[in-house]
Amino acid sequence: MMMKSKTRKIRWSFIIFFIPVAVWLFLLIVLPHLELLRISFTSTGSDGYTLVNYKAFFTEPIYWLTFVRTALYSIFVTAIVLAISLPVAFYITKVVKVKAQGLLMVLILVPFWVSELIRVYGWMILLRESGVLNQFLVKIGVFNQPIELLYNDITMIMGLVYTSMLFMIVPIIGVLGSLDDALIEAAHDLGAKKLAIWKEIIIPYSMPGIMSGSIIVFMLVLGSYLTPKLMGGKNSLWFTEQIYNQIIVYFNWEQGSAFGFLLLLLSSMIIWVALKLTKQSFSEVIK
Amino acid sequence: MQIALSVKELTKQFGDFTAVDNLTFDVEDGKFFSILGPSGCGKTTLLRMIAGFYKPTKGSLEIQGKDMLGIEPNKRPVNLVFQSLALFPMMNVFENIAFGLKRRGEKGQGIINKVNNMLERVGLPDSGPKKINQLSGGQKQRIAIARALVLEPTVLLLDEPLGALDAKLREHMKVELKKLQVKVGTTFVYITHDQSEAMVMSDSVAVMNKGHFEQLDTPQNLYNNPSSSFVAQFVGENNKFGVDLKKDESGKFFGATKNGGLYSLADSFKLQDSVSFDMFVRPEAIMINPVNPKPEFNVINADVKAILFDGGNSRLLVTPEKTDEEIIVSLPQNRQFDFIKAKDNIKIGWDPAAAVCFDQTEDKIYDDEI
Amino acid sequence: MIRTLPNSKGYLAGYKLFILIFFLFLFAPLVITMILAFNNSMFPSLPWKGFTLDWFFGEGPEKIGLFHDKINLRGIATSFKTAVAVAFFSTLIGTLASFLFEQENFKFKGALYFLMIAPLVIPGVILGISILLFSNSVGIFIEDTLGIYLKFLTPSFWLVVIGQFSFITTIVTLIISARLRKFDRTLEEAAFNLGASKFAVIWFITLKFLRPAMIGGAAIAFLMSFENFNTTLFLIGSQSTLPINLYQQVRDGSTPVINAISFILIITTSIIAVANLYGGKKEDT
Repeated sequence: MMMKSKTRKIRWSFIIFFIPVAVWLFLLIVLPHLELLRISFTSTGSDGYTLVNYKAFFTEPIYWLTFVRTALYSIFVTAIVLAISLPVAFYITKVVKVKAQGLLMVLILVPFWVSELIRVYGWMILLRESGVLNQFLVKIGVFNQPIELLYNDITMIMGLVYTSMLFMIVPIIGVLGSLDDALIEAAHDLGAKKLAIWKEIIIPYSMPGIMSGSIIVFMLVLGSYLTPKLMGGKNSLWFTEQIYNQIIVYFNWEQGSAFGFLLLLLSSMIIWVALKLTKQSFSEVIK
Repeated sequence: MQIALSVKELTKQFGDFTAVDNLTFDVEDGKFFSILGPSGCGKTTLLRMIAGFYKPTKGSLEIQGKDMLGIEPNKRPVNLVFQSLALFPMMNVFENIAFGLKRRGEKGQGIINKVNNMLERVGLPDSGPKKINQLSGGQKQRIAIARALVLEPTVLLLDEPLGALDAKLREHMKVELKKLQVKVGTTFVYITHDQSEAMVMSDSVAVMNKGHFEQLDTPQNLYNNPSSSFVAQFVGENNKFGVDLKKDESGKFFGATKNGGLYSLADSFKLQDSVSFDMFVRPEAIMINPVNPKPEFNVINADVKAILFDGGNSRLLVTPEKTDEEIIVSLPQNRQFDFIKAKDNIKIGWDPAAAVCFDQTEDKIYDDEI
Repeated sequence: MIRTLPNSKGYLAGYKLFILIFFLFLFAPLVITMILAFNNSMFPSLPWKGFTLDWFFGEGPEKIGLFHDKINLRGIATSFKTAVAVAFFSTLIGTLASFLFEQENFKFKGALYFLMIAPLVIPGVILGISILLFSNSVGIFIEDTLGIYLKFLTPSFWLVVIGQFSFITTIVTLIISARLRKFDRTLEEAAFNLGASKFAVIWFITLKFLRPAMIGGAAIAFLMSFENFNTTLFLIGSQSTLPINLYQQVRDGSTPVINAISFILIITTSIIAVANLYGGKKEDT
């Protein structure tokens, strides 16, 4: 009797944990994405399922060119972010005096939580034609007259780097924090120079942090809407804008779903390839 | 004998704190040299200066006659085995050992031969492809040493590498390490806070306290002829008595403890009346129920408080009558004293010449944490 | 190389310069935004025309400060309500999910865990449209079959909450799971041994231990909800949240009242972030 009542209690607790979580994941994650996939194969003009939305994507260069451009720029931005973040994370965890470490961590984490919109807005008032930087440069005589520094690809890339880099720095600081200084000392003692220590010790050790940072940064950049819209030029279309236009402006939900599904497919595939190339597992990387 | 490592007037200060205080010593080629001291005594600082991770405040440091000051750690003919071992978790055993060779620009078959040869020497011939986390504690130990030895350093520095192992394995590794050192013939400089590690393995031991050496000697001499109260306490087990000197009418000296004990002393020390001393008597110098003791012996009636059975290291905890003192007495395991039970009253005795006396010190010999 | 190794002066100086430039890059836009909130000018730009608090307290007609700007105040109120709701629900479900994944074993646990972390790699825009499409389909289905019109299934306040909840719960779950993993389960056994029921153990022992992570998770959920744009964009009804409001004003150009809002947001998020950081640190030791 005792045993029986005990097993029943444990089953109850399992059900209380399981049901809400299952409802959340199936109702809000699984089914909506299946619905996205289903609608992408329909069309308002006809009954049944059709490939017309995907056909439109491949036949209309503006669509797939924007798609490819978005993908390549996202990879490029992720690479730049990584190149900036590694030395910064290393400095904060291993180089700076222990006393200053806490302060630098706070300085890194505060902007991390300030909304993307405000950070982009900051760059806009710095860079635009009537912006702070222009006025400064004209005053000291570098420019004769203000120049529009916003609305081009380079500024847009800078903005994307700016808004996403903290998502790379924080996970790398996380792994580097557990890197025993003795490993670096040992490598040095065994004759390794700086470059070799980076290549053989620091980067391999940080790989889980680098991968989780890269995945999040890549995902954020690929799915970014605000930064390309506000900082990019008229010609720097981002694929999310295409989706927005289809759904909100043209009210063509079927076409928008097809675009959305393609973007989801692309992000999953690139993440999958990156994980395979670096021999990391998804569950290990996301912790 | 050639001198492998020569240290002169070496000092290291961190701000106002002097971690290493004006040390001078030589280590002969091929010897196993240990630096023994409690945590915070400066031994790690000294080791890191030899390795090149710290710059000395003052003094000189030579390895095989070459001045090492200003030379980077990766250019010195010394290698360090870290306390945490610092094996690279992202590489397998082979890659760990080959790491230093590759950095020297060695290539191909040369590396393979050297690594395999080294693995053979440390008794792990087939473990090259293994991952670090597949190794046991003792195996990691040997791989860490192999990784340093494969570079054929003039001096191998070891920073308490046995600290993390459990007691049984540590006993085993002590012997292994000593055998390995004899086999390869490299000079080992070993630091530890465990006196038994230092005693078992070393040709000579420096007992370090507060930045200076209390005594540098062979293990036998350290044990038998300690030169200070600190060494007497730190090396081996000892009964310590805080005594005030008394002289009786016949000119004989006695030590009077605060707990009421009164013990005669040999006059081989330069003793003066009414001074406080620390007196030490080794547990094995004390005899149980001495047969025909010499007249100068201290023979005392004592109550057995407890029998501390520990195989060959068994001891009695006794309290001399009319005192609060506790004395540890070795209990030989030849079954001769099997009749002794707790609360028995026995006689104990020792030759005053076996006791040693030093100025009193307040040094801590161990931390509560360790 | 690192603190404990000898470093050349040039290396350290070069490294310091790089870090200095990095922090300049990180803070320049934020600092400029905050300073211009106090500029006595109609535009958020230089030249400096003197110090004013009008962009906070101005009553118009020329300068309408934040505290008299009805649209933005309404946006802040909506965002606040949304964030409170999201923080509450995601902390609740996130805690249950942590228990499920850390303490229970069941078939397909790995697959469910994979689903749980999937929202981290789903772009927010796609999550937004998926939920929009799905809720719309469900709404139509219910109306057709049962004849009931459910407002929360069309773009509205609650749909925004649902959309943000769907991915913020993942992050809260990861935060709480990390702490639950550190929980010493012998404490539970000790409580069982002393006669406590399973729920008494969870209530008195485990939840007490998890409290800092739950507070931290709720704070992060609040911040993420408050500033969410991508998912929200597709789900808002008549009540705009603050980021959506601000976006329209930034895009179309506005007075420095945006700077005033930014000033307040930067200061409050900083306080929450620092409090969270130090709160977390204290609990760790």
